[in-house]
Amino acid sequence: MKKKVLSLILALCIACGVLSLAGCGGSDRVTLNVYNWGEYIDTSVIPEFEKETGIKVNYTTYASNEEMYAKVSSGAASYDVVIPSDYMIGKMIEEDMLAELDFANIPNYEYIGEDYKGLEYDPENKFSVPYTWGTTVIIYNKNAVDPADVADKSVDLLWNEKYKDQILMFDNPRDAFALALSKLGYSFNSTNAAEWEEAAELLKQQKPLVQEYVMDQVFDKMEMGEAAVAAYYAGDALIMQDEQEEDVDIDYYIPKEGANMFVDAMCVLKTTQHKAEAEAFINFMCRTDVAVKTAEVIGYATPHMQAREQLDPAIIGNPVVYADSQTLANTEVFLNLAPEIGELQSKLWTDIKKD
Amino acid sequence: MNRKSFTKRLITAPYTVWMAIFVLVPIALVVYYALTDADGHFTAGNVTAIVDYAKTFGISVELALISTAICLLMAYPLAYAIARMNTRRQSTMIMLVMLPMWMNFLIRTYAWIAILADKGLINAFLQSIGLDGFKMIGTRGAVVLGMVYNFLPYMILPIYTVLTKIEQSTIEAAQDLGASRAQVFRRVLLPMSVPGIISGITMVFVPAVSTFVISKLLGAGKTYLIGDIIENYFLGNTGTVNYNIGASLSLVLMLMILISMAIMNHFDKDESAGGMI
Amino acid sequence: MKVLSKAYNFLIFAFLYAPIAVMIFFSFNSTKSFRRFGGFSLRWYTELFHDQVILKSLYISLAVAALSAIIATLIGTLASVGIHSMRGAKKRAYLAVNNIPVTNPDIVTAISMMVLFVFFVTRMNGMEMGFGTLLISHITFNIPYVVLSVLPKLRGLNDNIFEAAQDLGCPPAKSFLKVVVPQISQGIVTGFIMAFTLSLDDFVISYFNSGSTAQTLPVTIYSMTKRPYSPKINALSTLLFVAVMVLLLIVNLRRSGEGKKEAKH
Repeated sequence: MKKKVLSLILALCIACGVLSLAGCGGSDRVTLNVYNWGEYIDTSVIPEFEKETGIKVNYTTYASNEEMYAKVSSGAASYDVVIPSDYMIGKMIEEDMLAELDFANIPNYEYIGEDYKGLEYDPENKFSVPYTWGTTVIIYNKNAVDPADVADKSVDLLWNEKYKDQILMFDNPRDAFALALSKLGYSFNSTNAAEWEEAAELLKQQKPLVQEYVMDQVFDKMEMGEAAVAAYYAGDALIMQDEQEEDVDIDYYIPKEGANMFVDAMCVLKTTQHKAEAEAFINFMCRTDVAVKTAEVIGYATPHMQAREQLDPAIIGNPVVYADSQTLANTEVFLNLAPEIGELQSKLWTDIKKD
Repeated sequence: MNRKSFTKRLITAPYTVWMAIFVLVPIALVVYYALTDADGHFTAGNVTAIVDYAKTFGISVELALISTAICLLMAYPLAYAIARMNTRRQSTMIMLVMLPMWMNFLIRTYAWIAILADKGLINAFLQSIGLDGFKMIGTRGAVVLGMVYNFLPYMILPIYTVLTKIEQSTIEAAQDLGASRAQVFRRVLLPMSVPGIISGITMVFVPAVSTFVISKLLGAGKTYLIGDIIENYFLGNTGTVNYNIGASLSLVLMLMILISMAIMNHFDKDESAGGMI
Repeated sequence: MKVLSKAYNFLIFAFLYAPIAVMIFFSFNSTKSFRRFGGFSLRWYTELFHDQVILKSLYISLAVAALSAIIATLIGTLASVGIHSMRGAKKRAYLAVNNIPVTNPDIVTAISMMVLFVFFVTRMNGMEMGFGTLLISHITFNIPYVVLSVLPKLRGLNDNIFEAAQDLGCPPAKSFLKVVVPQISQGIVTGFIMAFTLSLDDFVISYFNSGSTAQTLPVTIYSMTKRPYSPKINALSTLLFVAVMVLLLIVNLRRSGEGKKEAKH
C-alpha cells in the first residue's frame, strides 16, 4: 500500500516540481516583491495589475510591523513595496531604508486627502502614500457593561475591576503602551523613561484583569460575548457589529483621553531594482476602483477622497470610523521611538508578559 | 578496491557537504552570536542575561514535562494495540495516526480554539445538557492540551516500532511460564520498549519545550514560553531585534536538551539507534 | 478487554480527528464565526478560489514539501549506504551530526539557518531569501529522517553486497539501483512519506526562512493577525483533507481488488 501511496505522491510531486520550475524560469518580465499585512488587500486586484502592466507580483505577508522590519533590515530578502504603519515609516526613513518617490509616476496621489499628507512621520510627503487609516477605539458589549461605566467614555474601562477576566488587550507593545500612557496623560511618543516605567506598572496591574492578549481572536470573542471590553481598531468594531450574536450588542467610542491615529502607507525600499514599476503598483492601488475594493475588503477608513464617494454613506458618515477633524485633534500619531526608549519598551513588555 | 571506496565516499559526499554547510556552520554561527555583542566583540553578557529568563525556562520545562508524561500514557496502549494487529491493519492505523499532520498544525490549533473557547463547542455542549461550562482557553491546561495534541503522533510512532519487534511468542512464553498480565508488562514489554519510549519522550519533549505558537494561540498571550522570547529576539515582535541574546537563549536551550538526552540515553542500554521509525 | 481496548483506540482517534471534524464543519458556515453555525453555505469555497494569495501559498507549500522530500530522499538514501559501511568513530560522528536537526528544537534549527542565510546572503550579491532558502531549510530538516528510516533496513543487508555486485562487473550506479535499493525500498518509502509529512506540517522553519518570493500556507495564515480568522482556510483544509482521503481510499480499494484477484489464481 505504501508503494501505491508513494507513486501517487511522486506523480503529484513531479507535477508540482515541473510547474514550479516552469514558473521560475525563462520570462524576462519584471517581478515586484510586495510585502503587506496578512489579508490586507482585495486579492483579485493583484492579477488585475499583472494583466494590465505585464509586471509579475510576488505577494507575501507579515503579521506585524516589527516582523516586516526584521526581515527587510536583515538584508537577506529583497522587497520592493512595503506597507508599514506610521512610526515604522519614520524609523525606516531615519535609517535611510526608503526611496524618495517620484510622484510623476503616481498621478493618482492627488486623490489622497490633505488630512493624511504631511503627517509627522513623513513631514514632507516624500516617502509614503497612505493606504488606510483609522483610530484605536474602546469596544464594549452594551449588554455586559454598566452604562454608568462608559458614560465618561474613558480608557479607564480597560482597568475597571468589575470586568475582571472580561477585558481583551492588544497583544502588541506599541498599542498596549499607548493605552496606558494615555490613561496617565502622557504622550504616546514620550521620551521620558520614567513615564514608560509608570505605564508598564499600569499594564502589570491590569494583567490579572485581562482575559486574553489578542490580535485576530478579538473578533470571535467580542462577537460571541465571551469578553465584554476590548481595545481595537475603529473599522473592526463595525465588522464585529455585523457579525455579533443576538444577545450581544457591540458599541464603541474614542476615549476622551485621546487615541492613536494610525496610517498604513505604501513605501518603496531604497534597495529596489524596479522603482518605476513599484511606483506603478502604488499608483494602481490608488486608482479609484481599486481603492474602493480595498476599503470594502479591509473595512478601515480610506484616505482616498474619490473612493469615499462610492462607499456606503453609512460608513463614511460614521463619526468614529471616519473621525472628524475635531476628534482627530484629540488623537496622536505614533512616531519612531528613540532607540533607548524602544529597547526599554521591549524589555518592559517582555517583563509584563513573562511574569 | 580503491575505486569502490571512492564510490562509497562519493555517495556520501552530497550528504557530508550539505550537513556541513546547513547544519554545522549554522550552529557555529549561533555559538558565535551567543558569545559576541552587536559589534562582534567577545562577551559573556548574553549568557548571563539569561538569568532574567530563568522563570520562563522553568514554566516551559514544566509544561513540556507534563505534556510528555500525558503523551506517554496515552500513546503506549494505542501503540501496543496497533502492534498486535495484522500487518495490513497496522499500516492503515499508522496512516491514520500520521494523517492529521497533513493538515498543518497551525490550522488544527485554530480549530482547538473553537472547541475550547468560553462559548466554544465543549462549553455549548455542557450547557445544553444542563451542566456549567468552565474556562479552558487561555489556561495552562489548554497549552498542555495543545502540546499533547500536536505531538502525540511522535510518541505513538516510535513506541509502535519497537513493539512490533517484540515477537508474540516472547509474550506467550512468559505467560506459559506463569507470568501474570502485569508481570508480562513490567518484566517483558516495558524493558523491551525502552528505546522506543526514549525516542518518544525526546520527540515530544523537545518541540513542546520550545514551542511558541501553541502558547500564543491557546494560552491567551499570558503564558510566555522560552520559544516566544527567542522568536521576539529574532523577529523583533516586541520592538527590538537582538540576534545575540536570541542566539544565547537558543544555545542554552540546545545544551539543556543535549544534557537531558545524555542522561536519558544512560538509561537506554540498547546501543542501537532503534526506536525511530 | 477487547471492547475496552477498542473503545480506547476510538477515543484516541476521536481526539486526533476532533479539530479536523470541527474545521470541516465550519467550512460550510454561512457566517465568519468559528463558534456558532449560522447555516449551510458554500460561500467560503467560492471565495477561496478567488483568493490568489492563499492559493499561491498552498501551491508553494505543496511544491516545497514535494521537492524537499524528493531531494532529501535522494541525498539521505545514498548517504545511508555510505554511513552503513562506516566503522567506529567516523560512523558515530556521522550519526551524531545526523541527529542534530532531529533533536534540536525546530525554533533553534530555524533561527540557526536564518542566521546563516542572513550572514551569507547579505555578503553575496544576487542571492536573496525566498523559495530557494525555504527549500534548502526544508531539505535540511528532512534529510536526517530519511537516513533514520533507511539505516535500520540496511542492517539486515549483507555489507558486501554492493561491492560484490561491482566485483561482478556491474557499474556502481546500476548495482546500487538493482541490488541495494530493492532491499531497502520500504525504508526509503517510509523516509519519503515522513519527509513529505513533516514538511507539510511545518510552520516554524518556514516562518523564519521564507523571503520575498515565496511563503508557505501556514505563514500566510499566521500573518492574518489584523483581520478575523478567515473561514477560507477551513474550506481549503477541508478540500485538502478530502483529497488525501480519496487518495487513500483508491489505494485501499485497488489493493483489496488485487488481493481478490490473487485469491482466484
